[in-house]
Amino acid sequence: MGWYNKRLAKSLWVFHVSGSPCNNCDIEILDLLTPKYDLERLGIKLVGSIRHADVLLMTGVMNKKIAPRIKKLYEQAPKPIFVVAVGSCPASTITFKKSYNRVEKIEDVIPIDMYIPGCPPKPEAMIEGVAKLIGVLNG
Amino acid sequence: MILDNLFYLFVFPGFLFVAVLGLLVGWVDRKVSARFQFRVGPPVLQNFNDFFKLLGKQTIIVKDSVKSLFIAAPLLAFGTLCLIATMVGMALFFEQGFHGDLLVLMYLMMVYSVMLVLGGISTGNVYSSIGAGREIKLLLGDELVFILVCLIPIVKSGYAVNLEAMIIAQSDGMFIGSVSGVIGLIAGLLCIQAKMALRPFDIAEAETEIVEGPLMEYSGPLLAFWKLNHHIMYVAYPLVLVVLFFGGFNLQGIGILWAVLKYLLIVVLMIIIKNTNPRLQIDNALKFFWRVLAPLAFIGLILAVLGV
Repeated sequence: MGWYNKRLAKSLWVFHVSGSPCNNCDIEILDLLTPKYDLERLGIKLVGSIRHADVLLMTGVMNKKIAPRIKKLYEQAPKPIFVVAVGSCPASTITFKKSYNRVEKIEDVIPIDMYIPGCPPKPEAMIEGVAKLIGVLNG
Repeated sequence: MILDNLFYLFVFPGFLFVAVLGLLVGWVDRKVSARFQFRVGPPVLQNFNDFFKLLGKQTIIVKDSVKSLFIAAPLLAFGTLCLIATMVGMALFFEQGFHGDLLVLMYLMMVYSVMLVLGGISTGNVYSSIGAGREIKLLLGDELVFILVCLIPIVKSGYAVNLEAMIIAQSDGMFIGSVSGVIGLIAGLLCIQAKMALRPFDIAEAETEIVEGPLMEYSGPLLAFWKLNHHIMYVAYPLVLVVLFFGGFNLQGIGILWAVLKYLLIVVLMIIIKNTNPRLQIDNALKFFWRVLAPLAFIGLILAVLGV
């Protein structure tokens, strides 16, 4: 599968879902598509439908209302799909630690392949995360 | 004989040629679009990577869909486009054709849109259905103009409904050199733009509005075929315009350079129109086609009959 993984690494299509975030991470993700960072040169494209996606990009702490929907999205995605959680919220639930309506453990809802911590993470940090994902795929 | 025909259909003017060239021209489109927005743009082989990646993904067949139609629509559309490319390529490169092949070409171009509509409504998804409905309306808009545009070269070449006869009729002067030819090319270019679902007329497949419309529920290899269809259109449809108004190719010596320039002129014009115009609403697009372009093409037709 080495040849196929190389193709996959060069064309990761990203579906972006907000799991109850404060929107800071979403804005930083959109920065990646602007002329300054331009992730299309790595073959990364933001797609509107989960059926086209290779990467499920999740932001936010994931509360109890959004959790079944994100689970459904994950089930609707064609495999192989990678789940990348952006921001400190999914990584450590920082300021929402004692919140009454967040799910206890995100990994119980969907398996997460990579965390990119930061509040919000800098675009450079996100590019580094993507580069690491590509490196894993290339072996 | 059969081997020759298979070669024509699958290798040279047909499938392999248009697929490879289309994926490369698709890169030109993405790169030029990126430069328009002051971005760097994707690498040369990006579209090949996308295609092979999609071939290896899982295909999800939607539970509520009409399964036979859902699977057949992209493949039939792909076959239709290969047929269009073969017919145009035979006229351009081998100067072969049959009487009335322009009419067959017009019908086949419509069949592609019908396949897009059938694929969209077979999924049962709301956004796909909206996209399919818009595709039907857009087809109603651009088909009349496209027929008028095709009539202009027919009249100018002495009422020959034959691609090869049109190329021969233009051997002593291309149709673009006359007023009616220029009008025909302008209207034809915008029609092709609508048939290929490029920016001012990408109403049916509006990515940011209705999530690529008919293609929304497709995944894996079937989506790969839809994407490949888009790239094949980048080759086949401009070549139709080259035959109609630029008098085909003369593939000897300096003629090869002219052939490439003729084709690139149309493609670059399409990319510029795509990148400088926002998406129209469906009612405005219909108004544009019926109230502006159809009278314009009709004036061109009258001028062609008068011999201007």
